[in-house]
Amino acid sequence: MRRRRRLGLLAAVMALTIPLAACGSDSGPPVLTWFINPDDGGQADIAQMCTDEAAGAYTIQTSVLPRDAGGQREQLARRLAANDSSIDLMSLDPPFIPELAEPGFLAPVPDDVAQRVSENVVQGALDGASWQDTLVTVPFWANTQLLWYRKSVAEAAGLDMSQPVTWRQIMDAAESQGKLLGVQGAKAESLTVWINALVESAGGSIIANQAESADQVQLGLDSDAGRQAAEIIGEIGRGPLGGPGLPTANENASLTLFQGDQASFMVNWPFVWSAMNAAVEAGTLDASVVEDTGWAIYPGVNDGEESAPPYGGINIGIGAFSNHVDLAYQAAECIVTPQHQAFYFATNGNPPSNTTAFDDPEVQDAFPMADTIRQSLQQAAPRPQTPYYNEVSLGLQETWHPPASVTPETSPQAATDLITAVLRGDRLL
Amino acid sequence: MTSSATIPAAGTPAATPPQRNGKPRRSERARAEARLGWWLAGPAFVIMLAVTLYPILQALYDSLFRYRLTAPGDREMVWFGNYAVILGDSVFWSALLVTVVITVITVLIELVLGFALALVMHRALTQLRGLLRTAILVPYGIITVVSAFAWFYMFDITSGFVNSWFSWVPGIDADLNWFASQGTSLFVIIASEVWKTTPFISLLLLAGLAQVSGDLEEAAAVDGASWWQRLWRVVIPNMKAAIMVAVLFRALDAFRIFDNVFIMTNGANGTEVLSLLAYRTSIGRLEIGMGSAISVLLFLCVILICFIAIKLFKVDLSSARGGS
Repeated sequence: MRRRRRLGLLAAVMALTIPLAACGSDSGPPVLTWFINPDDGGQADIAQMCTDEAAGAYTIQTSVLPRDAGGQREQLARRLAANDSSIDLMSLDPPFIPELAEPGFLAPVPDDVAQRVSENVVQGALDGASWQDTLVTVPFWANTQLLWYRKSVAEAAGLDMSQPVTWRQIMDAAESQGKLLGVQGAKAESLTVWINALVESAGGSIIANQAESADQVQLGLDSDAGRQAAEIIGEIGRGPLGGPGLPTANENASLTLFQGDQASFMVNWPFVWSAMNAAVEAGTLDASVVEDTGWAIYPGVNDGEESAPPYGGINIGIGAFSNHVDLAYQAAECIVTPQHQAFYFATNGNPPSNTTAFDDPEVQDAFPMADTIRQSLQQAAPRPQTPYYNEVSLGLQETWHPPASVTPETSPQAATDLITAVLRGDRLL
Repeated sequence: MTSSATIPAAGTPAATPPQRNGKPRRSERARAEARLGWWLAGPAFVIMLAVTLYPILQALYDSLFRYRLTAPGDREMVWFGNYAVILGDSVFWSALLVTVVITVITVLIELVLGFALALVMHRALTQLRGLLRTAILVPYGIITVVSAFAWFYMFDITSGFVNSWFSWVPGIDADLNWFASQGTSLFVIIASEVWKTTPFISLLLLAGLAQVSGDLEEAAAVDGASWWQRLWRVVIPNMKAAIMVAVLFRALDAFRIFDNVFIMTNGANGTEVLSLLAYRTSIGRLEIGMGSAISVLLFLCVILICFIAIKLFKVDLSSARGGS
């Protein structure tokens, strides 16, 4: 008797709560939900433009994801693992694309769409949008790091910045002037970005193969390229070049350092240009700092060898469980037109993946370094492409931090051992 | 996660005895009261089971699998394999050690500080008492994440002011990066934790102080006991129950520390704690099986603390509000 009553109560509670999960509204054109990373409002503007251009075929509604890339990935992966049909379009950070592509969370790109959206797109962005040589997302905007330098320091050190420089050259130049280098040594994704750029510039790769399963992943760190990268990071970490802030320096901390008296060279994303100009406008930064700032292609590791600058940005993925995959691809094609990419660069400072967008006069006006960015994107190398990127990145950060502890003899081996064991499920991270 | 489950769970046994231990023959009225009691407490009880017991059982079940959220097809039963990996890994033991160190140090400091604050609040003039209590409670009212950011920016090498304000202290200068080594990072984490939660412990102690009868103190004073003797021999023994409850609650709380570490170091430089490890494994790495196993171990640790406190130190949770 009592049991039955309790069961009835339980049923009543469930009956009350379950309908809350379901919801529906149907009338008018299909609404496509675009999960975007937070920006300065550019993606919402583009969504509105495409809604207008669609003339009633669909409406794009944006939904903002968490601020950091890790949080975005966590939310999307959890929703997609639960077959969430409300995800139509997603702004995806390239390193996490294989992880979502491998289990079939992304709707396949139709051949004709793939052909159209690849035209005139820089190589780095195409690589980052693909998994196992197939385009799985639509390239949208592409980011890359440049070498930013104080013209006065480079001149005083006698370094010719019209030619590509190497890490050795900028380290010697900064040291000769008693200045600090702006690099990212914090235990965070930015450290992986740095390590990857060094290893790729030295001609190696962190991951040697694009394996599907965890126990097949092979690391390429224990190589000459890996050891060269470790040597550069360790030397900056132990010597005076990094400064005391190096073990906790992220991109913003590097920018703060670069705006100070001890600035010399810094590797960083193009946002620093808008940030410094905004600071001058706000009166918090002296205009002479901006005038003294130059830019060049990311430093190389070996003399005479082209560098492989970091590649970042956002590509558009279409949810495999969406009810409107075809419309979503139409919308994605609209979002990534060169005009929209140029608009996004000029207003939000995020560089296009399409080379023709760089010729837009507004872009050239807002970013005098646009041509350097375009060249850097052509040379750029993506971070390791594997469904287990998160483990690889965290494993690197675990073994290559703090920078002062990095040595060519131990660090590449330690990272290889840890990441391999973690992927086999034998160790924790 | 498991964390929110522990405190309500401790309360459940108290809810059941009147019903179960009732005498075989009860009056109609007693039975009606018991029925009413069930009707009143029942819905809350069901909801509590749904939101605490069910997730705990689910976590126990999940912890037996090797299961990654983005590779649902590869899910396989490994029995206690996850536990073997965790218990055999130095990452877990160092996280446990750091958690224990943070717990012990913060609770000790907070107990002393909190007791002093409780005494001040207790003895303060009646006109000042309200204002004083509010002032002391302000840190506790601040969201932990916000206080963690505030402390982080205070000590941060690029934006912080601590290095220049305290440059006269030996060992502190403009080049000291607090978050670059284990000792200094833990110092800031513990300091912010103490700042934030001392008010909580002092409130619990204040309730205990208020229970100590003034007659006892007066009698001791008449007998010639000094202030120190009265405190040590009369007041503290009489509020032992309140002290133990305060220590237990804070120890459970401190053991689950997450926000401060997450914001300030994110586990860098040997500051990883158990909650952060569980979070990074199940939420960050999407390893549901391994993460659940860490959560279960964290849960067991919390139960162990409760067990030690209740059985060995005989903390009576019901006496905190003046039961006995």
